[in-house]
Amino acid sequence: MDRTNQGIAMANLNINGKTINIDVEPDTPLLWAIRENVGLTGTKYGCGIAQCGACTVHIDGVATRSCGVAVSEAEGKQITTIEGLANGSALHKVQQAWIANDVPQCGYCQSGMIMAVAALLKEKPKPTDADIDEAITNICRCGTFQQVREAIHAVTNA
Amino acid sequence: MNKHVSPRMNRRAFVIGTAAIGTGLALGLDLPFGGPAIVRAADGSPEVNAWVVIRPDDTVVIRIARSEMGQGTLTGLAQLVAEELECDWSKVTTEFPSPGQNVARKRAWGDFSTGGSRGIRTSQDYVRKGGATAREMLIQAAANEWKVPASECTVADSVITHKASGKTTTYGKVAEAAAKLTPPADVKLKDPKDWKLAGKGLKRLDTPDKVTGTTVYGIDVKLPGMLNAAIKDCPVTGGKLKSYDEARIAGMKGVKKVVKVEDTAVAVVADTWWHAKSALDKLPIVWDEGENAKVSSASIAKWLSEGLEGGPAYVGNSNGDVNAALAGAAKKVEAVYSYPYQNHATMEPLNATALYTPDKCEVWCGTQNGEAAFAAVLEASGLPADKCDVHKLMLGGGFGRRGQTDYVRQAVLIAKEMPGTPIKLLWSREEDMTHGRYHPVTQCKMTGGFDADNNLIALHMRISGQSIQFTLRPAGLVNGMDPSTFQGLAPKGDAAFGYSIPNLLIDHSMRNPHIIPGFWRGVNVNHNAIYVECFMDELALAVNQDPLEFRRKLMKNHPKNLAVLEAVADKIGWSKPPPQGVHRGLAHYMGFGSYVAAAAEISVTDGSKIKVHRIVAATDPGYAVNPAQIERQVAGSFVYGLSGLFYGGCTVKDGAIEQTNFDTYNSMRINEMPKVESIVMPSGGFWGGVGEPTICVAGPAVLNAYFAATGKRIRSVPLRDQNITFA
Repeated sequence: MDRTNQGIAMANLNINGKTINIDVEPDTPLLWAIRENVGLTGTKYGCGIAQCGACTVHIDGVATRSCGVAVSEAEGKQITTIEGLANGSALHKVQQAWIANDVPQCGYCQSGMIMAVAALLKEKPKPTDADIDEAITNICRCGTFQQVREAIHAVTNA
Repeated sequence: MNKHVSPRMNRRAFVIGTAAIGTGLALGLDLPFGGPAIVRAADGSPEVNAWVVIRPDDTVVIRIARSEMGQGTLTGLAQLVAEELECDWSKVTTEFPSPGQNVARKRAWGDFSTGGSRGIRTSQDYVRKGGATAREMLIQAAANEWKVPASECTVADSVITHKASGKTTTYGKVAEAAAKLTPPADVKLKDPKDWKLAGKGLKRLDTPDKVTGTTVYGIDVKLPGMLNAAIKDCPVTGGKLKSYDEARIAGMKGVKKVVKVEDTAVAVVADTWWHAKSALDKLPIVWDEGENAKVSSASIAKWLSEGLEGGPAYVGNSNGDVNAALAGAAKKVEAVYSYPYQNHATMEPLNATALYTPDKCEVWCGTQNGEAAFAAVLEASGLPADKCDVHKLMLGGGFGRRGQTDYVRQAVLIAKEMPGTPIKLLWSREEDMTHGRYHPVTQCKMTGGFDADNNLIALHMRISGQSIQFTLRPAGLVNGMDPSTFQGLAPKGDAAFGYSIPNLLIDHSMRNPHIIPGFWRGVNVNHNAIYVECFMDELALAVNQDPLEFRRKLMKNHPKNLAVLEAVADKIGWSKPPPQGVHRGLAHYMGFGSYVAAAAEISVTDGSKIKVHRIVAATDPGYAVNPAQIERQVAGSFVYGLSGLFYGGCTVKDGAIEQTNFDTYNSMRINEMPKVESIVMPSGGFWGGVGEPTICVAGPAVLNAYFAATGKRIRSVPLRDQNITFA
């Protein structure tokens, strides 16, 4: 991969099915490359130390806190952000359940929450409460957890 | 006045009307109007009045003056307007007027501030009138066209019908004509009993964009040519910026400028925020931390504890003669409680984007107080009101923090150094954690006295500690006293004490450390409710009485308080024993005009691992505009309240706040979330808030249950300091 071109650091990222060439240092956190260099702002900054999960994206299908991943580690992998979760105009079943159950309050953490839940459901299509407790560790200061849990069960019972 | 008014809702705005009307009559405000000119929204659609714009396709645009930070006010206010407007709910959309427009139009939208759980309760009257006035004008316009009396026309779902002639039309078709009419001087509002949209648990209007990542929060603003700024303010409040070595970062990638911000902070401006932050982290900075660097949590605690032992104090509530009654009491009970600093830690760190030129200053940000943010822009830019504006965006959490404007001021000051270039200032989480407007720190000495028949005859509650208003809003002080200190303890009003005790004294020894306090969701009820409601359990125990029965005797004159308390007791099954290994606690309180209560069921392992199995929470807000959203606010308030109880607490070392991120200032996760069974029981006749009140009963209900489980009384927060955590 071309790292430099006359002092310009380049990276190729595959985001939401598109290959995007950006000018960014390889040690830049993927979160900031996505937000600032690619321009997709649905992925949120909350803590920068992989505690809160607001920046969760899928890397090769695995829910990952993008603030803790360097761009160089993400190159060559399939990255999906909240903007790429829907299939065209058809929302992902988690997004649909979020609307049906009126989950978000301020909504800031919900991109990450939805990405974490979508990854969980791929692995465990019918998660138990214990599965949810173990897999979903995102912080939500508004406290939407009750609706998050209800919406997850609503997806799996649909 | 008939002065030109620009109703521009965004930068693409254009104006068709000229001598625009201020339709403030809809507000009951004394605003001039006249016309036939029409005020138009950005897309050219006519304003029927300040609250209602109708597009030709029948879309109803409802203006929302209050901020939306997750609490659902946007949807609730729209429901109230739409209820009176009789419009088709499926065609409702909303927009935020800007504070600059509000000023230009003599506050046509009233107060923008969104705090104190006031969003709906203090504007419900005039927004409903706005909807009703618009409805009357739309009907009149149809009647004029048909040359029939308006009284013969009916309306439902935006369709106006004249039954006798069989004529129908829609709001979209008559809006132009309606906008030219003189608003009716008086309109009759519906009895809430007749509500069809309000009072229903309708879905939020702002959800779809929040599940696709398309909602634009302040942090997401993009403007052409925009640069990004990261900032570090002196870690010790009161300290100053001494020097920094700019040369050390001058060559770093993307760095454009290093800016001193007043005499306390330094910001790096770069092409991206990541570059700005990375450079700032490498910038050598020398602080002059000053005298406050000697302050620690221990020194604050010592100073506060001195205030518990007599001495001068502001009296917030008193009756009878407490000193005499306690001196003659057959039995006395005494306990000292404390509550720490807490940070709001909104999920979206503070930010604002400013564009300054010598002729204009605009700011884009999430704010709980658009008008205060506007005032901050005026002050920092030095420009007059007609050359400034604030564009309000969705808030990634507020909880009281975004009612302050420190971050707005900083953004403008930085932008002023680079005229013509939009600057987005974003605080790192570390900056947010260490430069909060913290929940005030207090201690409290509770002293109760019983007569020989075990009747509670005296209660002295001495609070010692910080006043929020002393620092943030000195105008709110009354002869030096901060009335808000006595939230839930006042003799009357929307935060009244819920007990009648023959000899009562509640007083406050005000002591204000240098840490800047703030309005933290629930404000002063958080600690006051723990002090009162845990101590009530201590008093009940002292005379071997059931906590519910003990309270009931003191609440004969407080039927609404008692009603919510009995509702949670009934639902949790207080009269029957709990399941094996499970223990219960109760609490009730009044705050923000609403009556609330909670009952908790918990189990405790090894004395230190708490599992909260069940929370039952009751709220009587008078009127419930959207019960589904109230349930969500209540459930969420337990997450915020219990996070503060278990994990919160900001400590001071060398004058600075020690906690820097969520690793040291933790927040509850889903596995710790109890099921909250919410009882919404509006009794009518008053308007209470819902965003905050229930937060304060979370703590005492769980602490009382913890005592029931262990026999150990916890009197200080957070529980992590006592090695107690969630199971």
